[in-house]
Formats: sequence, structure tokens, C-alpha cells
Amino acid sequence: MVEKPQFSSYYGRAVVKAPPWGDEIAAYLFLGGLAGGSSLLSLGAQVTGSRTLQRNARLTALGAVGLGTVALVHDLGRPERFLYMLRTFKITSPMSVGSWVLTSFSTGAGVTAAVEVDRLTSQRLPLGPLRPVLYALEGPAEAQTALLAAPLCSYTGPLLSNTAVPTWNAARDELPFVFVSSAALAASGAALVSTPVRDTQPARALSALAAVGDVISMKLMKQRMHPAEAEPLQTGAPGTMLKWAERLAVGGAAGAVLLGRYRAPAVASGALMMGASALTRIGILRAGIASARDPRHTIEPQKARLQARQADGVVHDSITTAG
Amino acid sequence: MKSLTEDTRLSAEAYAERAGTRKAFFTDTSICIGCKACEVACKEWNRNPQDGNLEVLGSSYDNTGELGANTWRHVAFVEQDKDRIEKARESGRKLVNLGIPSVGPPSQGGPGPAGAGQNGTAPPDTAEFRWLMSSDVCKHCTHAGCLDVCPTGALFRTEYGTVKVQEDICNGCGTCVGGCPFGVIERRDEGIIRAKTERAQSQYAQEIPNPGTANKCTFCYDRLVDGQTPACAQTCPTTSIKFGDREDMVEQARQRVAELHKQGMTEARLYGANPNDGVGGTGSVFLLLDEPEVYGLPPDPRVPTKDLPRMYKQAVMAASGMIAAVGLSFVLGARR
Repeated sequence: MVEKPQFSSYYGRAVVKAPPWGDEIAAYLFLGGLAGGSSLLSLGAQVTGSRTLQRNARLTALGAVGLGTVALVHDLGRPERFLYMLRTFKITSPMSVGSWVLTSFSTGAGVTAAVEVDRLTSQRLPLGPLRPVLYALEGPAEAQTALLAAPLCSYTGPLLSNTAVPTWNAARDELPFVFVSSAALAASGAALVSTPVRDTQPARALSALAAVGDVISMKLMKQRMHPAEAEPLQTGAPGTMLKWAERLAVGGAAGAVLLGRYRAPAVASGALMMGASALTRIGILRAGIASARDPRHTIEPQKARLQARQADGVVHDSITTAG
Repeated sequence: MKSLTEDTRLSAEAYAERAGTRKAFFTDTSICIGCKACEVACKEWNRNPQDGNLEVLGSSYDNTGELGANTWRHVAFVEQDKDRIEKARESGRKLVNLGIPSVGPPSQGGPGPAGAGQNGTAPPDTAEFRWLMSSDVCKHCTHAGCLDVCPTGALFRTEYGTVKVQEDICNGCGTCVGGCPFGVIERRDEGIIRAKTERAQSQYAQEIPNPGTANKCTFCYDRLVDGQTPACAQTCPTTSIKFGDREDMVEQARQRVAELHKQGMTEARLYGANPNDGVGGTGSVFLLLDEPEVYGLPPDPRVPTKDLPRMYKQAVMAASGMIAAVGLSFVLGARR
């Protein structure tokens, strides 16, 4: 039997600090997911010969990843040093791994989107003799983005979880699943908004799968946490956002599946799903920051796990020792 | 995937003949008198800006608050009544009974550490009241969360086994702030050097150094390379902050805690001396007189990187799931 941990702290001050990440990071999480998901839709559209969907997905991917990168750079303490992200590669740093995934993905997305823009403008881009080069790169660039798309959506799980921020760290097993679901939701939503209904059947199917994944992984994530770690996801402004995120996801996906054949409801459902994804990201980001601010979310789970280990006879790994 | 936490033997090897022995602080809080000379010496030597606006925080004599970008030593003050003293004693006894520690027994009969008080407690402690004071600092962990997650390589392991930021490399991404299990490192987003407005125009006005980058205790790297003691340890008037080779520091800490136990102070315990703990032991070892959380220290810190291989595995599974879901969608959504 594990004793109920008694909680004391130093004048209620925080034990750990949350990263100084503002809503730009939430925006990036949303946009990165949107870009990755759109890129996978583009590949699917390529395989099934759905030209309009492919074009729109490619343009969405570049727009989203471009805006997301701007948000990331803006949130740096020294934005002029953003290229320092690429001065090394460190597997122990999800931020480093992610920077390489993001830049490689963006390069590919830039090429495919440039091809689309050139086609849309009847080859009016001032490319000169480089036009054949660009078109020759289209295939490899598509492959590159498709390869990096899913990692772009899921690396943000370890990015948040590989910290001492209690709620993010406790979410480590499920957060990548929440994020890829949310990314698929956003990407299928964007496809429903941008693309005529005759080309969106795959996006409608994806929205259903994504909503199911989103709801289930979020539930599991909260369930497996210590109550003090889950609480910031359920209370306050982040709790409200995540509640609405779930409602919008379910409502949007239901609308997409049932009414997606009609243009107006399809657009509305798509917008709901994108809103759901954005709310999920900002809710999780802010819940983590809130969890770092109150020492209870750090100390209670740590005491509980320490006492549980000691109750099991594991006494060699405590930071506090009698001598 | 195998472990991703740092193998410090490798980092020491990388320095070859330049590698020194691992340095450490031993902060013996039982002889801290709360003079805050360490805070002042640290600020002065490192030219750190002022935090906040000289408010009274309502936490005993602690108006510093916490460690952060501009505060690299922080003296905690805790006032305790008889009940709390008894509880602390009890929790210390429990530690002994659990049989937690002792990687090696303290050497018997050796002289006590230099500067240890005769009765081991500082006035005005009585049976009814005591005042806990403790000078907190960066832990310079064996497995440092901040260093692991730094994407630019700005954070590095020095030849003294300490952890330091290269301020000209850091781009202020802030990941290390979340990576630290002790809430030590922080991005310098604010802070003032001039305390009063009129100083803005005076000869004392200064630029804030390294704005927008992550800052924390450097273990006075600039002093170490010159063979000097870090400013806080140098200035500590009671030798509560000791500095030396880590092995010696841990040994001294063990002797001191044994001595206090002999005097009946079962509340004494070590924090950070165990190489098997969640951060592989710290380069700042503390002797505490109550549970760590009473001083604002985490009771069971764990470097997040220990779980990173599993996190990556989950991320790969999630990514594969996403690809499968998109594939399935195109099958389900195929025009018939």
C-alpha cells in the first residue's frame, strides 16, 4: 500500500520552469501538422490521379510550413541566429532532429508548390532555362516531402515530452498519436475547404479516422497520467479549449462524412476540423506551461512514484540518501 | 535503441590531456547562516542583471525568489516549528531504515570536514523553532537535461565536468528551460542593471549582457581556467559552500552527514550524491535538513532523455499509423 503523498513546497513556488514558448509555438504545431498531413494527401492524390486535390494539398503544405517556420523564428530569443539550428545534428535533442526534418521538408514542399504555381500561371514564373530543372525535380521533391511528412507531424510529441514539464512529460507515450491525429484532421479539413467535393472522398474518409484517433488517444493520454499531471488538461482555459477541440473534431468529422457531398457543409466541416486541431495544439501547449507553474503538479507525482518504488523495495535510485 | 543519456567518460576523453578532474560544490546547509554573500559575489563576478523590482516577497528573509537567468545562487529561508522539526527528523530516520544510500561507508575516525560547527546547528535554533537556510545553485548534472536538448550545441560539458552555455552560440530557442528537472536555466528576456531610473543616464548605466539567450551558473568557468575557486564558494564565510574535486566533495558530505546523525540530527541527508539517481548524480551536492521539496527541490528528478528512445519509438509508430490512415482513406474514398 502506497501512502498518500503529503504535499509541501517552498512558498508555493514552481520547481521546474516551462520553456518561454508563446502562442507562436502553438501556431507552429498546428501549421506543421497541417503541412505534413497535406503532403501525404498530395502523395495519395498523385497515386490516384486526383489532380485538383494534389495541387491544393501542395499549395497548402508550402503555405503552412512557410508560416510555421516564420512563427518558430519569431519565437526565438535571438531570431537572427535561427540558422544556428543547423550548425550540428543531435539525436538527443528533438528540437535539433525537428529542425532538420522541417528544413528538408520545406525544401521539397517549396519545389512542388513552385511547380504548381508555374502551372497555374501557365508557366509565367521567370524561370528561364531552369524550368526543365524544376520540373525534373518535381518527382524527387514529392518523394522527399512524403517521406518526411509523417515525422514532421509526430516529432513534436518528443519535442514537448522530452522536458521536465510535468504534463508534457507524462504525455510521452500518447502525445505523438494525438499530434498525428490532429495533423490528419487539419489536413483533411483544409482539403475539404479548398477542394471541390468530387475530389474530396479520401479527405472525408481521413477526417473520420483522424477524429477517432484524436478522441481515443487524448482519452488514453489523460487516463494514464497521475491525476495531478492530467489536471491542467481538464481545468482552466486549456481544459475548456481541449473540451471544445473534441466537440469540433467530432462535429466536423461527422459533418464531413454525412454532408461532405455538398460544397457548403463540406467547407463548414473542414473549418471546424481545422479549428479543432488548432485548439488541441494551443490547449496542450498552455496546459503544460500551467503544469510547470504550480509545484503540486511536479512534486505530487514525483513523491508518488518514489514511494511506489520504495514500497517495491527499490531503494538504490533516490536522489536523497541517508549518507 | 540504446540509451541516449550522456556518457561523461566520453566527454572527458574528448578533452584528452586537457581534461581536469570533475569539480563539484558541496553545499552544507547545516552551517549556512543566510548571509547571501554568495548571491552578491555571483552577481558581481558574472555581472548579472537585477531580477524584479526589489519587492518584498513575504517568504522569510528570501526576497530573491528563485534561480533564473539573472540569479545563479539563491538562498532559501524556511521557518519551522516543533512539529515540522519532528517530521523532518522522522523522515530522515525513515531514509536510514529504508537502507537507501551508502555507496561506500563513511570512513571511520577521520577528522570532520573543515569548518563543521561543534554542535552542527546555527543559532537561533531551539527545540521549538529552527530556520533552514540553503544556497541553491545549478546542479551541473551527470546527465544534464538542458545539455541533451540543446539544438545548437551552445550548451556543452566543460573539461571540469560542468555544464556551460556558449552565449555567442545560443539562439534563445528555450528548449533547455523545459529540459532542466530543477528549473534552473532560463532565457534572459528581462532584467535590469540599473536599479534606479536616474542611473539610466549615469556613468553606472550598463548594457544587459547576452539578452535573449539562455543563462545559468557557469561554475565560474572563467575562474576555473585560471585555477581560482568559484566566486560563491570563495566568499562563503562559514564554508557552507565548499568547492573541490567531486570525489572529495562527496566523501566530505558523507562524513558530515554521519557526524550529524551521531549527534542525533537524523534529519540530515544528502541530495545529489547518488550516481544511480534520475540524473546520474549532481555536480552540486547538498546536505539538507528536511525533505528536498521543502527547499523547492524536486523529490525525484529524472532527466527526460532517459525516456527519449521510447518517445522516438512511439513517434515512429504514430507516424506509421498516420501513413496507414492516409493510405486507407484513399482506398475507402476511391471513386467507384
